[in-house]
Amino acid sequence: MIQHRSHIYGVIGEFEKPEQLVHAAAKIREAGYRYYESYTPFPVEGLPEAMGMRRNMVPLITLIGGLVGGLGGFGFQYWANVYSYPMNIAGRPLNSWPAFIPVTFELTILCASLSAVLGMLALNGLPQPHHPIFNAHRFTHASTDRFFVCIQARDKKFHLAETARFLQALAAHHVSEVHDD
Amino acid sequence: MSAGQPPFDSPEISRLTPVLGPGHTYSSVTDKISAIVLTRPTSIGWYIGFLLAFSIFGVLNIAIGWLIMKGVGIWGINIPIGWGFAIVNFVWWIGIGHAGTLISAILFLLNQKWRTSINRFAEAMTLFAVACAGIFPLIHTGRPWYAFWMFPYPSVMGIWPQFRSPLIWDVFAVSTYGTVSLLFWFVGLIPDLATLRDRSTTKAKQIIYGMLAMGWRGSARHWHRYQSAYLLLAGLATPLVLSVHTVVSFDFSIAIVPGWHTTIFPPYFVAGAIYSGFAMVITIAIPLRKAYGLEDFITMRHLENMAKVMLATGLIVAYGYFFEFFMSLYSGNKFDVFLVRQRLHGPYAPFYYALILCNILIPQLLWFQKMRTNVVVLFLMSIVVNVGMWLERFVIIVISLTRDFMPSAWGRYSPTIWDWATFIGTMGMFVMLIFLFVRVLPAISIAEMRELVTETSEEHK
Repeated sequence: MIQHRSHIYGVIGEFEKPEQLVHAAAKIREAGYRYYESYTPFPVEGLPEAMGMRRNMVPLITLIGGLVGGLGGFGFQYWANVYSYPMNIAGRPLNSWPAFIPVTFELTILCASLSAVLGMLALNGLPQPHHPIFNAHRFTHASTDRFFVCIQARDKKFHLAETARFLQALAAHHVSEVHDD
Repeated sequence: MSAGQPPFDSPEISRLTPVLGPGHTYSSVTDKISAIVLTRPTSIGWYIGFLLAFSIFGVLNIAIGWLIMKGVGIWGINIPIGWGFAIVNFVWWIGIGHAGTLISAILFLLNQKWRTSINRFAEAMTLFAVACAGIFPLIHTGRPWYAFWMFPYPSVMGIWPQFRSPLIWDVFAVSTYGTVSLLFWFVGLIPDLATLRDRSTTKAKQIIYGMLAMGWRGSARHWHRYQSAYLLLAGLATPLVLSVHTVVSFDFSIAIVPGWHTTIFPPYFVAGAIYSGFAMVITIAIPLRKAYGLEDFITMRHLENMAKVMLATGLIVAYGYFFEFFMSLYSGNKFDVFLVRQRLHGPYAPFYYALILCNILIPQLLWFQKMRTNVVVLFLMSIVVNVGMWLERFVIIVISLTRDFMPSAWGRYSPTIWDWATFIGTMGMFVMLIFLFVRVLPAISIAEMRELVTETSEEHK
């Protein structure tokens, strides 16, 4: 049953309740594992903290997108009306900034939203058609009603038999290895 | 699981049914919602409804085809009534869309759990309503194949769009609104598409849902960023939805036409948009829950809450009507005073009275809980409100334009058969898209329902 280590992606275990997974994730972290990931059918409260995740980059990317959209939107209207095609209409100011606000506002929202979504997908590495975790034979439950944790083989502390035993000790069901291909 | 309530609810809501029927688990909500798409046979009723809507959509195509061949002269518009049905319908449809964003974004930020089972199809409704709305200004330009002139691209003519014009603001507002609504909807769909991929019954379904899910695997790190992005989108969509109908109202209020040039327009347009949007959500929700047996998910509490939102926004709209009326008289401006008299006694007065009846008087029945919890009454009421909101835009556009300043420039407006064909055609398109949507995508967010299962079960421990 034991195969060459390079073909193993990791060891996966399954839980029925989200609280069990949060508990296990914290224990795995305490045990010194770093490369492990949880898979859940919905965002579980407390899990990011248990896994030691800190803030992510999505808000910053969104802020930058919004600033680019807003400044770019206003700047473009300014340039178009003041430099590119100035039109003197009864001596009114070329930079009639209040009239530029609606378009500036809409472009701020548009660029910020696109950055939030594309940034989230890029950071998550999506779209990614295949991933070794899909080889886990009960993994389709991860999108329905089961909560999984997988300790990856690239972790320094990883040892197939011991890691599997460790997961079993955490009361995980169906502990099994996940293959790479 | 008893009928316990989330702590933030007020006592009178707590007396009612919960947001989720009792006894549901993660797999039961998943099964029930995904079965509509994956395993349940398509009912004969679906085919009849779809074919009916599809034929009306065909009428739209004929109407637009004829319009492109002949020009806008086939419509009832003239000078001085250059806007007519096209703009009435545009404002009506775009307003309907607003409830979807309100439910998905604002109620999300306010942590209202009852939004969960209605947000998905309300967002879909938004998208389809915006699609219907977008058709009208496009074909109203007369030469829709030049529509790209409205975007600032470096053209050989060397000029730019007029950024000081509300009509260009409209282009930006509506296209941003459509794009952000699509993003919001799609981001919400990703985990559910993964669920459908994992449960699909045929290879073809697996491939299609799999591609749309983009390899979503529910990893905790992904969820972490996903939640940030979703929250940010909700925060961005909230000011956006308020801005869209504000900009639409600028199309009127920036002009000096009597009855349009008023500062109350932006807030009262936004309230009116939410009013008609909630009416449309109710119009869709009641048949949907009946047809697919979703009474456990879309409970009486949802319907009652929506009815309350309708009542509240309806009162804001009534306040708007009152102050529009009052300010016209109080200003002493003779054109404004004349406009009020035109509304009350002019040739289009019956429309004004019908509008007051539909938008202000009949919805007062919603003060009674018996009415709010009566599905049939609520359904009829939602249609009455939508008729009323359509009349509102008709009154604003047609009464003001037919008789503005100089009697020599007055006119009359009546729609032609092509106006009606286009309008009814977009309704067919809307209904057709809704039918397709409930058939191929989960009409209720499965991932969020699972969260709701966790939350409601925690409360009963």
